Amino acid sequence: MKVKSILAGTALALLTSTAAFAGDVRIMWYSDGVEGEVMKDLVGRFMKENPGINVILDNVAYSVIKEQLPVQLEAGNGPDIARVTAIKDLSRHWLDLRPLVKDAKYWDDNFGAQADWMRPDGSNQISGFMTQITLTGGYANKTLFEQAGVEIPGPKATWDDWATAARKVKESQQIPFAMAIDRSGHRITAPMLSYGANYIGKDGKPAPLDKGAKDFLTKFVNWVGDGSFSKDVWVSAAGSTYRAAADDFINGQLAFYYSGSWQVANLATKIGNNFDWVAVGSPCGSAACTGMPGGAALVAVKYTKNPKEVAVVMDWFAQEKIVKEFSERTLFLPGHKGVVDKGGLDFKTDNAQAKAALTKFVEATKTTSETALKLPGWRWSDTVYAAVVTRIGQTLAGELKLDDAFQRIDADIAQKVKDAGQ
Amino acid sequence: MTSPSPTSSSSSRLGALLMAPVNALMRLIDVPLRGLQKSTGIGGMAAFFLAPNMLIFGIFVLLPLVINFVYSMTGGTAFFLAERNFVGGEQYARLFTCQNYLDPMSCQEDAFWTAVGNTFWFVILQVALMILTALITALILNRDLAARSFWRAVFFFPVLLSPVVVGLIWKWILQRQGLLNFILFQFGDTEPYTWLTDRTWTFAATIGVSIWAHMGFYALILLAGLQAIPKDLYEAAEMDGTKPARVFWRITLPLLAPNLLVVVVLALIRAVQIFDEVYVLTGGGPGTSTLYLTQYIYETGFASALRNPGLAAAASILMGSVLVVLTLIQLGIGRKNENKGKR
Repeated sequence: MKVKSILAGTALALLTSTAAFAGDVRIMWYSDGVEGEVMKDLVGRFMKENPGINVILDNVAYSVIKEQLPVQLEAGNGPDIARVTAIKDLSRHWLDLRPLVKDAKYWDDNFGAQADWMRPDGSNQISGFMTQITLTGGYANKTLFEQAGVEIPGPKATWDDWATAARKVKESQQIPFAMAIDRSGHRITAPMLSYGANYIGKDGKPAPLDKGAKDFLTKFVNWVGDGSFSKDVWVSAAGSTYRAAADDFINGQLAFYYSGSWQVANLATKIGNNFDWVAVGSPCGSAACTGMPGGAALVAVKYTKNPKEVAVVMDWFAQEKIVKEFSERTLFLPGHKGVVDKGGLDFKTDNAQAKAALTKFVEATKTTSETALKLPGWRWSDTVYAAVVTRIGQTLAGELKLDDAFQRIDADIAQKVKDAGQ
Repeated sequence: MTSPSPTSSSSSRLGALLMAPVNALMRLIDVPLRGLQKSTGIGGMAAFFLAPNMLIFGIFVLLPLVINFVYSMTGGTAFFLAERNFVGGEQYARLFTCQNYLDPMSCQEDAFWTAVGNTFWFVILQVALMILTALITALILNRDLAARSFWRAVFFFPVLLSPVVVGLIWKWILQRQGLLNFILFQFGDTEPYTWLTDRTWTFAATIGVSIWAHMGFYALILLAGLQAIPKDLYEAAEMDGTKPARVFWRITLPLLAPNLLVVVVLALIRAVQIFDEVYVLTGGGPGTSTLYLTQYIYETGFASALRNPGLAAAASILMGSVLVVLTLIQLGIGRKNENKGKR
């Protein structure tokens, strides 16, 4: 009798756990700032409203999203939903939510502008939505500039103007470096475009590095050489590994830091009252004063076992009120047309510097170049970014001459295009 | 003759009671096994007992090895084998396309040859220094030291740490605003030194850190060897007035040779496979100065946006071949020593 009871209990437990598994939706999430906490709170609310669906939020490092998720997806695995930045490159793995969401028109109307960024070329699939729209841009340590008696360059200032001003601050304030830019192909693309670079060839495939790209890369390498730009971030890894220089700026070690709008919450939280800082947009080159748009998207993965539940989750998080609340609490620029058009976003921060920075980034979107707007939806962006970072990193470490680096970048990209065609 | 105490008789009864189900099971198994032995003979029984192990070995070692080899013959960026095209030896040809193997920049896959060169120098220097420090440590720990067990634990402790922890600890020590620069600053050095962005220092750091992390393990093996050397040999040498250096060269080192051989082979294999702590400590940088073979394979196969699983598989087959050669050398030397002992 006892044995029978134990067996019956075990069977019941198995059935319950299987039933729970059937309703599980696993989200792979990374955070730049406070959005992990906000998401956790929102997930809790979702589950209260939808008791039949169990959402598991896996908070992971950005490197996991960048390096491990693509491998999982290629193997036909992965989470049910993921927050990603390589949205076009991996678009063949996203689930088409069009037949699953409650109102496809709502999705088209509000997220249509960036829908191409995250779906295979030529399809009308709904893959997900942007959790935030980002724009690269610079930050200046206002306190250091004031203490050095150097005026912060104005809105039309060039990269050369910034380098000159930041060097003066460095010398006056005895900081290790004048400027830094994240070790990222996306970040360094913005100044390359400002100097007239055009990555996209006539056939839609990558074009060889042009004069604009080479002009900025030459300046950049020279600036690192003379100590204007931080060398540490760029030589601290091999290959295309991502490294941010935010900590150096937060620690007051830099006069100017080039990163992007997603850093606002991070800087506001970590810098606090230690010093004053301002967002300054993207410095100008000879062709433009552009930043690089981008962002992170919440996308559904087509290998999910629970597509219906996934669609319910996506519908809930895509609601206008939820997107608005998420943006206000995370200090991210929303990617929802309705929220943007209605305006009235009340960013939840007492930090005047953070609010001013967000306003500055919204302003800076007006100077974004045509090429910059195309790149997030271009299939080969990540390939070009990876080749540039790898080879320029080697050049800065003294392994390659700049001309050889240019040749290697072109060769690496051509090889990748060839590999992809095999 | 003494009669068994009541305690020992009750414990033997308890033992018999506990063994009863085991004995019953053995008797149950015995019948079919006897039948099997009759039909297959002794040789067949050996195969029968080896089969489970061989099955596990086949599934988890041999099959992946074969699949890896097949991958190395395919091209494209897809991961599923079915979606990949057969390209024959193209990946190997790509790895070996080079004008001068000593100048990686003249090779098509410059990162591979850089990694090969880095790994070669790392193995030579790290293994030599590792064995030297492990031997010195073992010799010291074998002496009558105060708190000897404590010191043995101290030297063994890093072995227990996760490689990621080792990498992070040393990163915090060596980075620009790290502990080492802080200490140097106290002694009047005002300019922080960039240990992890200087090619030479970073390479040296990877060797030093890996020795720190693993030396305790090898020292323990050597210590066991030292303790197995008969004491009377040393006493005889002492009575003959032999100098300590001669004792070391004529008694300690020859009798420690089998342990040293094990340490050399293990350290060599581990050094060729170096990845985890270096990946955390330097990420392979600055540039590619600490990019070793395993990281190259990982980056090429999985991490980079320029990833190519076929090329990574080809590189791993080549690396595996080197490890097989090293193992065969170990087996050869081991057998030679064994035969010498028999004679």
